[in-house]
Amino acid sequence: MILTCFVALLLGSISPPGNVAARDVPNDGGGSIEVTWTRSADSTVVSYHVLRQAQGSEQWETLGFVGRRSLSYVDDGARNGVQYRYEVIAESNTETTEAPPSGYAVASSQWFDTNTIPALVGTVVLSFILLYFISRARWDKKLFIRRISGLDAVDEALGRATEMGRPTLYVPGLSSIADVATIAALNILGEVAKKTAKFGTPLIVPNTDPIVYTVAREIVKESYTTAGRPDAFTQDIVFFVTDQQFAFAAAVDGIMTRERPATNFLIGMFFAEALILAETGASTGAVQIAGTDAVSQLPFFITACDYTLIGEELYAASAYLSREPLLLGAIKGQDYSKALIVGLIVLGTLLALLAGLPVLKYL
Amino acid sequence: MQKRLPLILVLVTGVFGAVAFFIPHHAVQAADEAMRNDVQRIIAAFSLVLGVGSILTHHFNKIQHRASNWQYSWITVITLFVSAVIGLFGGIDPARPGVLPTHIGNFSFHIQTLYMNMMIPLGATMFSLLAFFMASAAYRAFRARNLSATLLLAAAFVLMLGSVPLGRMIFHPLPSFAEWILAVPNTAAKRGINFGIQLGVLATSLKILLGIERGWLGGG
Repeated sequence: MILTCFVALLLGSISPPGNVAARDVPNDGGGSIEVTWTRSADSTVVSYHVLRQAQGSEQWETLGFVGRRSLSYVDDGARNGVQYRYEVIAESNTETTEAPPSGYAVASSQWFDTNTIPALVGTVVLSFILLYFISRARWDKKLFIRRISGLDAVDEALGRATEMGRPTLYVPGLSSIADVATIAALNILGEVAKKTAKFGTPLIVPNTDPIVYTVAREIVKESYTTAGRPDAFTQDIVFFVTDQQFAFAAAVDGIMTRERPATNFLIGMFFAEALILAETGASTGAVQIAGTDAVSQLPFFITACDYTLIGEELYAASAYLSREPLLLGAIKGQDYSKALIVGLIVLGTLLALLAGLPVLKYL
Repeated sequence: MQKRLPLILVLVTGVFGAVAFFIPHHAVQAADEAMRNDVQRIIAAFSLVLGVGSILTHHFNKIQHRASNWQYSWITVITLFVSAVIGLFGGIDPARPGVLPTHIGNFSFHIQTLYMNMMIPLGATMFSLLAFFMASAAYRAFRARNLSATLLLAAAFVLMLGSVPLGRMIFHPLPSFAEWILAVPNTAAKRGINFGIQLGVLATSLKILLGIERGWLGGG
C-alpha cells in the first residue's frame, strides 16, 4: 500500500510537453501531418513518445520516439481525408508524463507548391525574354549573333573530310533522350548530316542508347532527304553499339583507329570516357569538334580537341548552323537573359556589401 | 499530320512535365512518375529490339560485303547470341538456375558470372587507360604557347604543388593559395558556365515545345 502511494506520487512528477499541435504538412502531395510541441521543463526527460489516434477509433498507435531536443515529428503515414489527433508523452528513465492530445488534423494534397514561386517567377521572366526575341526575329532580320569559332569550323572540317575521302564520325553523347544535351546534339546532327549528304562525305553515327539511336536514324534519314540525297542514306550510317559505357568507348576508339575519320564530332553528354575518346581521336590526326554541358568533362575536351562548344554554345549550335531567324532570336534572348542575371548578381552583391554599413540602420 | 502529331505530343507532355514541377498533388505526381518511368521504359524496351536489330544488320552487312576486319563481326554476333541464350534460359546466377545447364562441374557460366568476370574487368581496363590519356593530355595542355595556355600552366603548377607536402615546405601559404584558386576563380567560372547552360536548356526546351526547333524531327 505504501509502495503504491509512492509510485502514484512519482507518476506525473515530470512536467509534460506543452502546446501539442498537429497540422497538415504544406506544399506536399498529402499523406503527411506535422506534430509540434514545446519542450518539457524537466531536464530529466530523455525522449518523447508520439502516438496517433484516428477519429472514431479507440486505439492509440505508436508512431515513434524522438530525442529530448526534438520539438516536432512528421507522421508520413497518414491517410488523406482521415482526421487524426496526436499525443506526445515525455519520458525520463523512470517516469512518463503525457500532455493533452492535439486537435484533429487532416492530411491533404496541395495543388501548388509555394516553395517553387521563385522558380516560377524566374521561368516566366526568362521565358518572356526568350519569346520576345523569338517573335522579334520574325521582323528584325539583322540580329547580331557573336561568332562561335567551333561552329564556324564545321564547314571547314567537313570539307577536309570530303577532300581526304575519309568519313566523318559523330558521337551524340552517352546519355538518354531525357537529357537536353542529347536533344541539342541530335539537333546539330541534323545540320551536320545535311552537309555530309550535300558533300557526299560518309557519316558514321554510333549510339549507346537505343532510343537515341532510333531518333538519330530518323534525323539523319530526314536530313539526307532534305539535302536531296535520299539514295545516299543507308542503315549502316547510324547504328546501335552497346549501352555499356566503356564497351562503347572501346568500340568508338576502334572505329577511330580502323576507319580513321578525318573529322570527329563529340557532342552531347559525356562522362569519364570523354578523354579516352578525345585523346584517341587526337592521336589519329582528326579534326575534332566537341561540345558538352558536362562542366567536369570540358577541360578534357578543351585540351584534346581542336574546337570545343562550351556549355550554352552547345544549345546555340543548331540555330547558328541553320541560320533560322526564329532560332537565332532565341540565342539573342539567351544573351539578354544572361545580362539580366549578371545585373541581378551585381545588384545582390552591392546590397549585401551595403547591408553592413552602419548608416543603413537608420533608414 | 506526320509531323504535327509528334509536335502536339511533345507540347502536351512537355507542358505537363513542366507544370508537374509546381504541383505536388499526388494525382499529378503519379501521372508524371508514370510518364517519366513507365512510358519511357516501355518505349526503351521496343527501341532495344530495334537496337539489337541494328547491331545484327550492321555486322551481317560487314560479313556479307567482306568489309575490313569482317571476322571480328562474327565474334560480336556469336557473343550476342550466346549471352542472350544464357541470360534468357540459363538463369541469373547459381541460386536462381534456369532451364539450361550453365555450369560444367565447378565451372559456372551464368550470366551474372560472365558479367562479373568479363564485362566488369574489361570496363575497368578501359577506364584504367584514362590515367595514361590524362598524362598525354596534360603534356599537350601544359605547354606555354600563348597567354591563356601559360596561365593554365601556372595555375596547374600551383595546384599540383599545393596538393603535396613539398609545396608547403617550399612556400608555406602555397596550399591555401591552391585552395583559393579552386574555391574562388574556378568556382566562379563553373557557375558562369552553369548559368549559360541552364539558360540554354530553358531556351532549347521552349523552342522544342513551341515547335520552333524541329531538328529532332529531321528539320523542316
